[in-house]
Amino acid sequence: MESILVLTHADETGSTLTKASLEAVTAGKDLAARRGALLAIGMVAQNSAAAAATLNSSSARLLAVSGEAFAQPRYASDAAACEAVFRAAQATFVLAPESSRFARVMAGVAHRLGGCIDTHVTAISGAENVEATRWFYRQRVEAGLTRAARPWFLLLEPGTHAAFAGQPGEAQVEQVAVELPAPRTTVTGMRAPLANEQTIRPDAKLLFVAGAGWTKKQPDGQVHAKEAGELILGFLNASGASLGSSKSLVDQGSDGQPVLPFLTHLNQVGQTGATPRHAKGLATCCHGEEPHVVGWRFIGERRAISLDPNCGWTRGKADVVYVADAFQVMRRVNELLELKKQLPAPSS
Amino acid sequence: MTNSLHIVVCAGVVPDPLQTLEPVTGASGPGIKNEMVLPAVLDPWAASALCEAAHLIANNPESKLWLVLLGPKAKLQQVMMTVAQKVKFELVAIDGPIGGFADAHATAAALADAVNSIAGLDRSKFLLFGGWESASRGAGVTLQLVGERLGVTDQFQGVDRIELREDGSFEVLERVEGGKHQVSVCAGAPAVLGWATGNLPEPKNNPQIGMTNMRSIMPALQKAKTAALDGNGPRYVSVCLPKQQRTTRVVKDLAPDAIAQELVEWMGGQ
Repeated sequence: MESILVLTHADETGSTLTKASLEAVTAGKDLAARRGALLAIGMVAQNSAAAAATLNSSSARLLAVSGEAFAQPRYASDAAACEAVFRAAQATFVLAPESSRFARVMAGVAHRLGGCIDTHVTAISGAENVEATRWFYRQRVEAGLTRAARPWFLLLEPGTHAAFAGQPGEAQVEQVAVELPAPRTTVTGMRAPLANEQTIRPDAKLLFVAGAGWTKKQPDGQVHAKEAGELILGFLNASGASLGSSKSLVDQGSDGQPVLPFLTHLNQVGQTGATPRHAKGLATCCHGEEPHVVGWRFIGERRAISLDPNCGWTRGKADVVYVADAFQVMRRVNELLELKKQLPAPSS
Repeated sequence: MTNSLHIVVCAGVVPDPLQTLEPVTGASGPGIKNEMVLPAVLDPWAASALCEAAHLIANNPESKLWLVLLGPKAKLQQVMMTVAQKVKFELVAIDGPIGGFADAHATAAALADAVNSIAGLDRSKFLLFGGWESASRGAGVTLQLVGERLGVTDQFQGVDRIELREDGSFEVLERVEGGKHQVSVCAGAPAVLGWATGNLPEPKNNPQIGMTNMRSIMPALQKAKTAALDGNGPRYVSVCLPKQQRTTRVVKDLAPDAIAQELVEWMGGQ
């Protein structure tokens, strides 16, 4: 009987599966049900027994690679782990989350196993002929594709499926042995801005994008980069929004122009940046040209503030465009958010 | 003390991001309408990789830099006119199809063959660079597949910084979720690094570098091997532009106070 394997991994605690992994489990269960196939779930975790607790009610065969060596996301050990789990499961389809950990290794694993891979998959449809949907040209062209080659590895974009939520309990897990190559790479840690300076918040409902206009000359003929920075940070603190930027604003630093010091290339959204997923997005001082807007493909409701009534946002790319001075509007928005915070919460 | 490096950057060419893209399906499968006549650029993240590689080479004497470039010969020539003026490299050209719909596995095989054919490439000094994703297929798998084919199992993706150490090891920063970087230390070459944006600004055009490069680029283009990229690729069921076109409400005469009020209401329970 055909077998479908879902590969999952633990988060930094080493004992809890990531949300994206649980989303892949949901996709795997759906696909297995459609094809009448057996489902196996593989785990790469330092402590797989604890990680498996959430999969107790999944009705799947549980396989795991455990131990200290798998606490660190690293190509050589993760690839060996995924390969070993696959060899134990012998699946025709392998589903896995498109996390940085698995995106780093899964193509290599597919190659070792003589399989093929497609990534950034947003939907899997069909039963007899399985079809994967993904984007090309940085979210500008959407395609459905299928393959005859097996095993077929599919990396699923986070946020495209509901996370599996079963009754937790003690699960039966088969441990898979892995022969690891001599380690040449050591993960020494994470580098991140201080918690109160972190402006990238993947779980925020709102994406706030700052464009290059914030550091251009204002009606008084002067640049107000410092004030712009204060307004933007004030808004982020008051609203909990995640900060994105256009490439031009991030690049200004290297061109010797005024900059917003808290922006890095990690904030960049668009053709050469991220394509984040948020329910709402607010663009400010940004032209809304195609190379930037392709990064908004997965933003639900979109609004923009721009002085240019003919900017790209007005051409069907945003729901509402306010032709106004973002300095004035955001100053007032911050005041309103501050007032809102001071009001007593409504009693339920 | 410096390290001698042999860096190979793998790259492709893509349509200029400002161009309008319209998918079409022909006898050989899907493609982009008039893709051969659209202005092309070096794939942006691969361009970051090239820039970072050139920086490393400049700081480590006796190092060498190759650019393995895949695309239709005419397009490669066009892109070289700009790229050749930026940094000094030796070109290895592969005459292959353009576009994002070619199979990554077949592409990787062609690139790996080209890397294998480089005379004088020392595997003990070898770093394979490229963009972590292309701006066309955007799968983020090609470089990994090339690395596997070449037997390199220290791989890093979404790289923003590399810092070489005196003993030949290096520290590398990779992008991970939540705006963070994972910091790793690798014992040294060989390794695969799929670059994100990196940290360096785009080098300014230098006609002198361009002249030097062009002496070797033209013969390299003439010698370009043809890669058909057939393979056991995907079958495309549908290829289309996103259907979603929003009905935009343009608000021109509202005071900042009123706009702010509307925005705060729209944001709701943020």
